[in-house]
Amino acid sequence: MQTGNLLMLLAVMIAVAYFLGHVRATGLARPLGGIRHLHSLPFYFSMRSALWCALPALLVMGVWLAFDDSIIRSMVLDTLPADIAPADESTRNLMISQIQNVASGALPPSFVDPQVAAAAERLSRMQATNAMAVTVVVLVLAIFGGAWAWLKVSPEMRARQQVEKVLQWMFMLCATLAILTTVGIVASVLFESIHFFGRVPFMDFMFGLQWSPQTALRADQVAAQGAFGAVPLFVGTLLISLIALLVAVPVGLMSAIYLAEYAHPKVRSFAKPALEVLAGVPTVVYGFFAALTVAPFIRELGESIGLSVSSESALAAGLVMGVMIIPFVSSLADDVITAVPQSLRDGSLGLGATHSETIKQVILPAALPGIMGGILLAASRAIGETMIVVMAAGLAANLTVNPLEAVTTITVQIVTLLTGDQEFDSAKTLAAFALGLMLFITTLAMNVLALHIVKKYREQYD
Amino acid sequence: MNKTTEKVRQTLAKRYRSEKRFRAFGIASITLGLLALVILFTDIIGKGHSAFIEHRVTLEVSFDADVLQISDVNDADQVTYGNYIAAIRAAMSEQFPEVQNRSERKQLNGLISSSAEFELRDMLRADHSLLGQSRTVSLQLDDAADLFFKASPGKRDGVRVTDLQKSWLLTLEERDLVTSGFNQSLFTRGDSREPEQAGMLGAILGSLFTMMVTLVLSFPIGVAAAIYLEEFAPKNKFTDFIEVNINNLAAVPSIIFGLLGVSIFIGLFGMPRSIPLVGGIVLTLMTLPTIIISSRAAIKAVPPSIRQAAMGLGASNMQVVLHHVLPLALPGMLTGAIIGMAQALGETAPLLMIGMVAFIVELPAGPVDPATVLPVQIFLWAGSPEQAFVALTSAAIMVLLAFLITMNTIAVLLRKRLERRW
Repeated sequence: MQTGNLLMLLAVMIAVAYFLGHVRATGLARPLGGIRHLHSLPFYFSMRSALWCALPALLVMGVWLAFDDSIIRSMVLDTLPADIAPADESTRNLMISQIQNVASGALPPSFVDPQVAAAAERLSRMQATNAMAVTVVVLVLAIFGGAWAWLKVSPEMRARQQVEKVLQWMFMLCATLAILTTVGIVASVLFESIHFFGRVPFMDFMFGLQWSPQTALRADQVAAQGAFGAVPLFVGTLLISLIALLVAVPVGLMSAIYLAEYAHPKVRSFAKPALEVLAGVPTVVYGFFAALTVAPFIRELGESIGLSVSSESALAAGLVMGVMIIPFVSSLADDVITAVPQSLRDGSLGLGATHSETIKQVILPAALPGIMGGILLAASRAIGETMIVVMAAGLAANLTVNPLEAVTTITVQIVTLLTGDQEFDSAKTLAAFALGLMLFITTLAMNVLALHIVKKYREQYD
Repeated sequence: MNKTTEKVRQTLAKRYRSEKRFRAFGIASITLGLLALVILFTDIIGKGHSAFIEHRVTLEVSFDADVLQISDVNDADQVTYGNYIAAIRAAMSEQFPEVQNRSERKQLNGLISSSAEFELRDMLRADHSLLGQSRTVSLQLDDAADLFFKASPGKRDGVRVTDLQKSWLLTLEERDLVTSGFNQSLFTRGDSREPEQAGMLGAILGSLFTMMVTLVLSFPIGVAAAIYLEEFAPKNKFTDFIEVNINNLAAVPSIIFGLLGVSIFIGLFGMPRSIPLVGGIVLTLMTLPTIIISSRAAIKAVPPSIRQAAMGLGASNMQVVLHHVLPLALPGMLTGAIIGMAQALGETAPLLMIGMVAFIVELPAGPVDPATVLPVQIFLWAGSPEQAFVALTSAAIMVLLAFLITMNTIAVLLRKRLERRW
């Protein structure tokens, strides 16, 4: 049976269990003289039946469906005769997709090795058996769970406590999903990175000046071994982020100061959300804008004054990225500036300082830690930003700090290394995970630092 | 007058000037930010508005049985494989009988979109009696010809059509055979390599399925997590650890979630690539922190008096939360969820990682069909070399922005209408 239909059937069974639980609880209560003689309201008895019916079945089904494909696949591969059994990872993947294509009917069996066709046959047979088994097991579990709950109903049962406990556990599981996600991220990038560093020494990766990840298909090709020195990527990332910050920090900070200290409330209520629209525009839109409008414009501008500018210059990507992070800087700075106590302002103004002197010499120093935190957060945004650089920055890894030339970044390389590739075992795809690890560690450190600074500052005036 | 006062007087003008300068800087930065916004929008609208219009040419096409090579109109195979191109070519050479040379005829036929034959086929399928008759049909033009008519007269030289084609197009225009109308294929078709046939319905549906998966997963999980953290979690190291994780996940670059998706869901669990289900799960993990944080704020905003009143009447902790706190906090949670959805709708990078960049022509019918999403479609079209794709990309961006603006407006309205101030 298909998963969708099975879920539908299960939903019906849960509803039935709910209803039967209700009938049983009220039925037990009637001879006693009404539901006030039950320990809990009938709702909790029916809810308990429904949970007993649903939870074990859903749990088993989830685990089963998560792993059945890979188990069946390896079982089919194991039954292949030794002479055509795949030797390494990539032929293994190829064999699997061939078998799957034959089994799904996309590839006629006459096109492939009869052994493969037989394996495909086995695959479809096992898939059918598997689907049947899943259906039977899930339905039996649901029936038994529901029946168990139904039989156990008694007027003294503490049904409300049981249901509430289960609910609380479920809520807690949802909250721990955040930990699971972090663990998943760390595990996925770390394991693949360890594989990668098994092939390419860590030092070569961190300090190598050459990046050309095209590993050869044949051993006798030129440049048979790709070079994985990530320094050009780090420099490119820093260059573009620096340009972005050079745009975003002054503009964002001055906007925040003006909006918080000078602007008429009407201006503020219009300009603040309008600036925040900039943060809501999808990055792919900025990428398109950078690649098709800003980059050609800068190129023409450069040519008119006799400079040669690459059409994928770091400057274009950086400028547009800067525009994107203006609202991050401005709204964070706005928060900390408005949090500076009014007494500081009054004191300074009372001593005869002008408004701008008050801002420069009293408010900004007081707000500095918060502003630094905001800038750090903006910088980590810039480093992790992907679409703008994928569309507007280059692919070739040049080791340069000239903003008019094309550079590439960590995120660009992750995207180009991973899109379109099916296998996980080549050094090329593993390199993407190593870069991802670097990116994750860097942004994590910056965020932790930023949050720490902001938090420490906040405690001063509370 | 003492010395200090004198000194202050002397420097006062300078200090006032510096004050004015500082204010001017502030005004200039805000103007700069807003200017960037205006330039961005005008640039996109300026490039994209023409994609909503298409040009068609009205021709007299004869459904001649010999030309179409159809002997029996009731035979479905014959109707499917009929030589409709020949009929279109005949109609074109009727307009320009002087064109005989082979390469010239090739240029002439290139003016009509390759989808035109399918339009004729569908007409014949719908009405068998057409065979042997002739009809006035308006046919889709090729993208270059379409661009030629869209360009203002001064800019027509920039369009990639040959001089001969240019003269034919001008003749067609003089004979009043060219009509312009709303570009329906933009909203009724999937992707295509031919700009005039490319539509974004496939991407819109893909986005819809992805968002459905994301909403169904992230809203209940996010609300449940927020309830736990606000109402039930004991103050201990474990709870602190959860909170630290949530705050950090909110700032992890989105591409990292793509790496997670590709190695865990596709690599470990063996889920297929390019499907909205996986995309939705990855986006769920990405938007969860946003939803949890805003849901917690909404729960915090419910005053303690409500809780105390319910507890005074004998409600259990869980009853207080589910019967009283949650309904009052729901509008705030919904606003947060909509904002999180808007963020997810515009997200591109993690979906590139899990293979939603494939070129897919068929329209997806459900969350397990291969599909692409609107932002990825924009990325794909932006990388296409044909001139006409620039307008299409901008049009897709306009549609995406329209969706985002609608969602954010709904969120703001919802907040205004439903959120109670205590």
